[in-house]
Amino acid sequence: MSIATTAPDHTHHDSGYSGGLLRWLTTTNHKDIGTLYMTFALLMFFVGGAMILAVRAELFQPGLQMMQPEFFNQLIGVHALVMIFAALMPAATGFANWQIPLMIGAPDMALPRLNNWGFWLLPPAATLLVLPFALALFGIGDGALATGWTMYAPLSVQGGLGVDFAIFAVHLFGISSVMGSINIIVTIFNMRAPGMTMMKLPLFAWGWLITAFLLIATIPVLAGAVTMLLTDRHFGTHFFNAAGGGDPILFQHLFWFFGHPEVYILLLPVWGLIPHVLSTFSRKPVYGYKAQVYAFIAIGLLSVVVWAHHFLTVGLPVPALIYFMFSTMAISLPLAVLFFCWIATMWRGSISFETPMLFAIGFIVLFGIAGLTGLVLADVAADAQYHHSYFVVAHFHYALFTGGIMGVMTGVYYWLPKWTGHMYSETLGKWHFWLTVVSFNLTFMPQFFLGLAGMPRRIPDYALQFAEFNAISTVGSFILGISQLLFAWNIWQCVRGGAKVSGKVWEGADGLEWQLSSPPPHHSWETQPEVK
Amino acid sequence: MSCHPVRRLLGLSALVSPLTAAAAYRWSFPEPVTPIAHDTLRIHNEFMLIIIALFVAVFAIMVYSLIKHRKSAGHEAATFTGPNGRLQWFWALVPFAMLMYIDFVLMGVPAVQAIVDMEDTRTRADMVLKVTGMQWRWQYEYPEAGLKFLSSLATPREQINGTAAKGENYLLEVDNEIVLPVGKKVRVLLTSMDVIHTWWVPQFGVKRDAIPGFLRETWLRIDQPGVYRGQCAELCGKDHGFMPVVVRAVPEPEYLAWIDAQKARQSGVAAGAGRAWSKDELMAKGKEVYATLCVACHQPEGKGLPPVFPALAGSKVINSPLLSPEGKLLPDSHPDRVMNGKPGTPMQAFKNTLSDVDLAAVITFERNAFGNTRGDMIQPAQIKALR
Repeated sequence: MSIATTAPDHTHHDSGYSGGLLRWLTTTNHKDIGTLYMTFALLMFFVGGAMILAVRAELFQPGLQMMQPEFFNQLIGVHALVMIFAALMPAATGFANWQIPLMIGAPDMALPRLNNWGFWLLPPAATLLVLPFALALFGIGDGALATGWTMYAPLSVQGGLGVDFAIFAVHLFGISSVMGSINIIVTIFNMRAPGMTMMKLPLFAWGWLITAFLLIATIPVLAGAVTMLLTDRHFGTHFFNAAGGGDPILFQHLFWFFGHPEVYILLLPVWGLIPHVLSTFSRKPVYGYKAQVYAFIAIGLLSVVVWAHHFLTVGLPVPALIYFMFSTMAISLPLAVLFFCWIATMWRGSISFETPMLFAIGFIVLFGIAGLTGLVLADVAADAQYHHSYFVVAHFHYALFTGGIMGVMTGVYYWLPKWTGHMYSETLGKWHFWLTVVSFNLTFMPQFFLGLAGMPRRIPDYALQFAEFNAISTVGSFILGISQLLFAWNIWQCVRGGAKVSGKVWEGADGLEWQLSSPPPHHSWETQPEVK
Repeated sequence: MSCHPVRRLLGLSALVSPLTAAAAYRWSFPEPVTPIAHDTLRIHNEFMLIIIALFVAVFAIMVYSLIKHRKSAGHEAATFTGPNGRLQWFWALVPFAMLMYIDFVLMGVPAVQAIVDMEDTRTRADMVLKVTGMQWRWQYEYPEAGLKFLSSLATPREQINGTAAKGENYLLEVDNEIVLPVGKKVRVLLTSMDVIHTWWVPQFGVKRDAIPGFLRETWLRIDQPGVYRGQCAELCGKDHGFMPVVVRAVPEPEYLAWIDAQKARQSGVAAGAGRAWSKDELMAKGKEVYATLCVACHQPEGKGLPPVFPALAGSKVINSPLLSPEGKLLPDSHPDRVMNGKPGTPMQAFKNTLSDVDLAAVITFERNAFGNTRGDMIQPAQIKALR
């Protein structure tokens, strides 16, 4: 991406940059760092995807064909950690880096060196996470984390060195996220263009602002939980060991105090960017701006008080069950505000269906399924049947693939022409959209039925009555995986060349970033624009 | 067996079409057989209707807009950014009032009732079943009858590896089934010996975690006789996918007869512990015990799966003295490891789950198999003294 994002603008040579690798190592430019984040995220998306395709291949039919259960358990957990911490979160941070300064009229992020450091913690973190796979090949240790991404004690106390590697990887990812969040908060609070009050802040920046506060509030709790796990493993503490006066469920409380807000950490940046896309391609202003801002804040607040719905089967007292059920259901109200505003933004517009719009519409419909199944999952009685089953697996993939990843794809298609100055291929983009949507549903819709029929998650082999749906799901997953190569190819082609685009790119685009050239100059908004 | 509802469904639909066999089983919950499961299924069905209706209503509006307001049809964009006037505010707020009603009344009220029922484990309970999870099997205990046994996967390894055809109940069959009386309220107490497991039988609508060091509880009252199958639902290590639950529900007289038969068997085993066993007897018995309990980790040839599951062939622990010269337990000796386990690893303390005979047999077997040639043996009576 380096060539295209900077080629038309050579001024950066004057700003003390060296060329080549050193430039990327030392860069403090928000666009360069954004590009690094996005590239890293795309790469790790394929790493995490390859892992889960191996899993789906094993699950194609009953019996153990390709791998032993130990290795299967490693793949599922590391897949989740890679997708969450190394693909989705960096992608969102990449958007923030590229877009927030452009959209609020700031010359760069407020803390550029911190920004560089935040990114360069990620490659070592990802390496730590997957290194135990390689070490096992040389006879060192027994492979990566095999406990699922949730790392529940005491299974994780019992686990091999993969758990220690994962703990340190999570620490690095966490430090990186907190640094990114501090930077985003400081930038938004201090560097907005004159006249841009908080209630004129673009929704994307609002979504990220709430995300940043959630990260700062919850990452330290996760860091504490995994550190307690580390000392339980190596230094004889008994935080999670009942024999020493500890409690294994304490780990689940701490983990999900982070884990539930994490869902919104992944989704809020997407909810922020979707209204921009809808408004652009409906050629109509965003509907209910204030309502959406308040919904973001409400969801942020609610997200830290509902965590126990992730383990309703551990045997919580009745009042706690009722509280966590109703507080979880309450999230549906601000979420419904967002859905209402999204649809109302399109209503009576002049709608056209370019690739970003297709992805945004696909996002709304499929994320709707995640929201609605989430509502029934909150019901404690029904949850006793859904919990720990494939129903949950299907639910959170509707939330995090169609909600998170398709949201990211929406943003990529929407802003890539702005970043590169070239138009991507609409034909390829539309193929990518339809293949993704169809194969995604082929993969995950059967998993709802598998869960209802009683198939637990995280099992490498299954009873015969689950065979057909698993076979369908595996076929779907391979089409889904291969379709993503179109995405990578389309991006690559767009970075390398293609039809030149204007500064505004889209007919209906509105916002400060579209007033700049495409690609924007290496240092943009050196003179801040005035917002009326 | 003949009255087993799932089997009956399987049979019927298989006649219709082999491809849609068990269709009724697969698109929704399996047939409920306890009050909780009936409740759960009813709630699930209601909620599914509600969310499908919401989905269709909301996206019908959206699709209408996508068709009607598209640019290619020449639609001119409006410019509104929020509700204007009272009427629009009213229409904007109606969906939220409806959603609140759905959340907290339509769905909320039956849900609260179901929770209270589900957690009412103690009122008029007829009996107690204690379930203990361990890597990777279940132990069941009938405290009133003084019965206790292990229940492990019965599917042969060859079926899993694909060298033999898979049986009808592949992965959902055990060596010792739980037998419970029909129509009795069973209070189920759950705990675990090592990591967290989850006891789940879909047809009971019951899923509850078994947590080491804590007691959790749930209850069930099975309405109809039959065999009900489920499995562990919480990732618990290597063989998480291989620890099924099988419950046979029978009329009460049959249940009482079963209890008596089990008791007689247990006292027979206890009597055997007193006598001296020959090495051949111990080796034969030990081979059996090894094949059910030890083989998953230490493997059929005793080679283990290093580095997590050590090899027994040539093991230092095994190839060291059996007992101290005074006949006492040596720390980290072979009997110590088998009886007391190794903390922090999946190696369990088997002294709580195995009889004197089984312990003596499996120790003797391991010392004289896989190329280990200690040649010594240990008697059930010695184990009893070591406890």
